[in-house]
Amino acid sequence: MRFDSIRIDHRAIFEMVDSRSSVLDLGCGSGDLLYLLIKEKQVRGQGIDIDEEAIYRSVEKGLNALHGDIDSGLSEYRDGSFDYVILNQSLQQVRHLETVLRDALRVGRKVIVGFPNFAYYKARLQLFAGGRAPVTPSLPYTWHESPNVHFFSIRDFLGYCRSQGIRVERALYLGNNRRVTVFPNLFATSAVILVSR
Amino acid sequence: MEKKGVLKAGAGSMEAVKTQYFTFGDLATGGLVLDSGEKIAPVTIAYETYGALNSEKSNAVLILHALSGDAHAAGSHAQEQSPGWWDAMIGPGKAFDTGKYFVICSNVLGGCGGSTGPSSINPKTSRAYALDFPLITINDMTRCQKKLIEHLGIEKLVSVAGGSMGGMQVLSWLAMYPSSIKSAIPIATSMKHSPQQIAFNEVGRQAIISDPHWKSGNYYGSALPAKGLAVARMIGHITYMSDTSMNEKFGRQKKNTTEPFKFTSDFEVEGYLRYRGDNFVKRFDANSYLYITKAMDNFDLLEGKGPEGLFRGTDARVLVIAFKSDWLYPAYQSKDIVKACKRAGVQVSYCEINSTYGHDAFLLETEEETRLISHFLKKAFYDYEVTGRYEV
Repeated sequence: MRFDSIRIDHRAIFEMVDSRSSVLDLGCGSGDLLYLLIKEKQVRGQGIDIDEEAIYRSVEKGLNALHGDIDSGLSEYRDGSFDYVILNQSLQQVRHLETVLRDALRVGRKVIVGFPNFAYYKARLQLFAGGRAPVTPSLPYTWHESPNVHFFSIRDFLGYCRSQGIRVERALYLGNNRRVTVFPNLFATSAVILVSR
Repeated sequence: MEKKGVLKAGAGSMEAVKTQYFTFGDLATGGLVLDSGEKIAPVTIAYETYGALNSEKSNAVLILHALSGDAHAAGSHAQEQSPGWWDAMIGPGKAFDTGKYFVICSNVLGGCGGSTGPSSINPKTSRAYALDFPLITINDMTRCQKKLIEHLGIEKLVSVAGGSMGGMQVLSWLAMYPSSIKSAIPIATSMKHSPQQIAFNEVGRQAIISDPHWKSGNYYGSALPAKGLAVARMIGHITYMSDTSMNEKFGRQKKNTTEPFKFTSDFEVEGYLRYRGDNFVKRFDANSYLYITKAMDNFDLLEGKGPEGLFRGTDARVLVIAFKSDWLYPAYQSKDIVKACKRAGVQVSYCEINSTYGHDAFLLETEEETRLISHFLKKAFYDYEVTGRYEV
């Protein structure tokens, strides 16, 4: 497998993580990202996922994976237990977003958040012209089956960080298998943002 | 003086396995000093092995049995049909692959499957110990297993694994001998019994003790406290199942009974429990039941050390497994083990398998367990780094 065939959000996160660091992946899915980081960057990794099948897949890859929800999974970790806490495509699905983000910033020295951009121009068009809840590559669910409970844009998230005194260290904006550099809140389908306290 | 056990494995295709015996500590050298401060000498431990020990002696896995289990975990004895209690998990190509690993299972101290227990002969009196047998603990059981492992020349085990009380022994290994194991697999277990768990065990014990044949434990050579032990087992079986699994297995199905009497076993479930209870009496010693359930109730991994100190400095990897419908050893108890691992910085995986079988699930959900355990063991054994998939 070639590196550029890996999911673009995984590549973005890969760029942000230092070699030989420790990583907690909240919502690790089948463990592809952790596997990549362990293999290529020799990180020490721990995954958490609520889905049983995800645990089997992760353990099959030789990863440490915990079956449980993110909302209650962080409390036992001491402050600064990990160099990075990753919340990729999972923060918009947790009920208590602010608590999780605050706890992630406590447990990890840095936090990487990957999320779908609700203000992507096609989403705006569907809502504005079509009058319907948007369905886009990064927001692929119809309104009645979506696991997402929070809908926010890149500008929303950056504004939230500013209001909470959370430092944005780096931000990568992603389109359909490419980086987006101009007007990301309009043209990016998703974002990967590195933040710290 | 230590009796030399036969180290030949040779289970191969798992035909005709044999129980072996390891005896240590004679009266002169003092024997085994227990947690209670008392001594037992000599101590015999019954064990079976499957697969072959490699020349580095680095491929051994120790399996630990539950309350009513024994050393016969897999394969079949000659002249016997019934396979071992975890046969679906141990064998060539199975979760504990005997093509790769040398699998050991021993009967616990205090048991009645060939290891020294209350039904063994007390060398001081030449009669069965009965209640002269000292109180034992889960850690005492583990100490005997450690002796057996040393006797087999094994310094480090690939893994220790077991469900229920077997899981308690796994935790005991993790706490007492962390440097002797590469990994640990506690299944459907707890760091300590809850009042509910103690309560069920106490009802079982009282059933035995109230049986007039029990005679303060001195029933050897005369009528056994069969009714009491059977009732204890019946209670056990209720707690091992779930509401759903009982419904599925029995419903309100009635048996065809012709006995014209009140309080016969009309329902399928009643017949099942009686059958299980009566069968148990044929193979299990009532005093062993008392001693072992007490050891389980007294087990408290956190005793004497705060939760902060537990597992600290352990580099063994841990795989914790729980089952959704298990109300006897509820998943929260497994999560407490996970929390302790997290606090100690131990590498841990956890899965709560979706099962309707209740506590029995650890013996029945072998497909899911195999998926987890086979890969987890491979990682522990080969210690492989995830390698060579991407060209960066």
